Amino acid sequence: MIEVKGLSKSFGPIRAVRDVSFTVTKGEILGFLGPNGAGKSTTMRMITGYVPPSDGKVTVGGHDAWEDQLAARRLIGYLPENAPLYTDMTVRAFLEFVADLRGFDGARKKQAVDRSIETCSLQRVVHQQIETLSKGYRHRTCLAQAILHDPPVLIMDEPTDGLDPNQKQEVRTLIRRMGAEKTIIFSTHILEEVEAACTRAIIIDRGQIVANGTPGDLKRKAPTAGAVVLRVTGVAPEAVEGALKGVGTVKAQAEGGAVVARIEPKAGARSDGIAGEVFEIAKKSGWSVRELHTEEGRLDEVFRAITRPDTVK
Amino acid sequence: MNANCCTACRNVATVAKRELYGYFLSPVAYVFVVIFLALTGFFTFMAGGFFERGEASLSWPFFSWHPWLYLFLVPAVGMRLWAEEHRLGTMELLLTMPITPWQAIVGKFLASWAVLALALVLTFPIVLSAAFLGDPDLGAIICGYCGSFLLAGGYLSVTCMTSAMTRNQVISFIIAVVVLLFLILAGFPVVTDIIQKLLRGGSGLVDFIASFSVMTHFYAFQKGVLDLRDVAFFLSLIGFSLFTTSVILRAQRSG
Repeated sequence: MIEVKGLSKSFGPIRAVRDVSFTVTKGEILGFLGPNGAGKSTTMRMITGYVPPSDGKVTVGGHDAWEDQLAARRLIGYLPENAPLYTDMTVRAFLEFVADLRGFDGARKKQAVDRSIETCSLQRVVHQQIETLSKGYRHRTCLAQAILHDPPVLIMDEPTDGLDPNQKQEVRTLIRRMGAEKTIIFSTHILEEVEAACTRAIIIDRGQIVANGTPGDLKRKAPTAGAVVLRVTGVAPEAVEGALKGVGTVKAQAEGGAVVARIEPKAGARSDGIAGEVFEIAKKSGWSVRELHTEEGRLDEVFRAITRPDTVK
Repeated sequence: MNANCCTACRNVATVAKRELYGYFLSPVAYVFVVIFLALTGFFTFMAGGFFERGEASLSWPFFSWHPWLYLFLVPAVGMRLWAEEHRLGTMELLLTMPITPWQAIVGKFLASWAVLALALVLTFPIVLSAAFLGDPDLGAIICGYCGSFLLAGGYLSVTCMTSAMTRNQVISFIIAVVVLLFLILAGFPVVTDIIQKLLRGGSGLVDFIASFSVMTHFYAFQKGVLDLRDVAFFLSLIGFSLFTTSVILRAQRSG
């Protein structure tokens, strides 16, 4: 549905986006991750046809996002960063304005506006001026604008930014629900959001894609992925360390009458993990095992490992 | 082709409708209309010496003030057009809708022009006074109104252009006033004399510079002379300024 090929954008000497390529198909929810200023917004603006690319091209449903922008835009619902709105209008008037621009009229217009008001739970504020709304409502109004024409493609720039935890959860649920029959790209720098809502994630840093895969794939790239945590009783920490030395790097310590050991596999360890080995050793040694689990690796560790902070040049 | 044209008109109308909504929800339109009417009343009857002249003509007492009144009032009405879109970030919303930038520019321009036209129409009691007191030349008055309407449109298009340059309404206002002042002064005898002395050139060049002045072209309307060349001047000014607006907006998006 969305095809991005060799996309680059320079602002003067600054190369905001460099040679970015990816495709997103129907039913996919793509999370766009990256530090501030990595080029997320610029990439999204090129996909929506707001900014012309310096090089490369974007096609949305077969239409070039810049050359054939009107056709491409009809397929897209877009929630820009910071959810900009005409603050002097009421919610309903604003959505009717958008419906007019989207070519709805008569009964179809009313239906489309009502539907988006309902989907975004805006019933309580429809006649309120947007200026007087809380941030959460404003965000939802802008989201309502984006989904008003039931677009096959939805592009959202930080859809949960500035919302409280409940509202964040609502938006994620909404994204997941719509994800089944749409093509969705959203950017965020909240990593749990990617795990909660995405089928695939792209991490972008300094304008380049540094990782592209399912959240699970990405997590396995974490330096701590595959480590095993073991909690046993009736044995001394030193003994545990000694017995497990052959499996990997072991750190054990006493904790509330038990011993907790963390075993990180050696480089090139078996791909199915070391939990089995650890369990065998524990059984043979006669420890009573209270807990044994393999760590998945955390996205934030991956994120930190492959993106560079702003301060380091 | 016809369907395309229809959609284009619809989009222009939708954008214009929203803009008008904005004007009449905020005090801008009301403040403008009231101040414009108060000032035209003051200048016509007090400063313009409408009664003292003893003639039923609106040329001097009424229309001659318009280029100066508009100098400050039109930028005040138009300064928000694009500056506000920049500030709120709604430009990104508007220009990612399935409409062309040109449709948005024209829609916004027409809405503001309509506000100016409304204020102009509401000066009709002055015409009634003239008709009541004497026997004015209605043709000349209509011609004056046409000129004033075109003049307002010309000023507005320049303001539209300066508004696209910045997110700050005050800056857009000031730049518009300066540009408009230049367009007024280029045709003023005081200025044309200076240019003539400076250049020591023939009057051809001076006439050329003066021909860019709104005063030169408005003067004929004011006297009641409807010359198509003057109409063409104002329409070209509008066309050029709006085209420049589209170039500025495009350049800003391209970075």
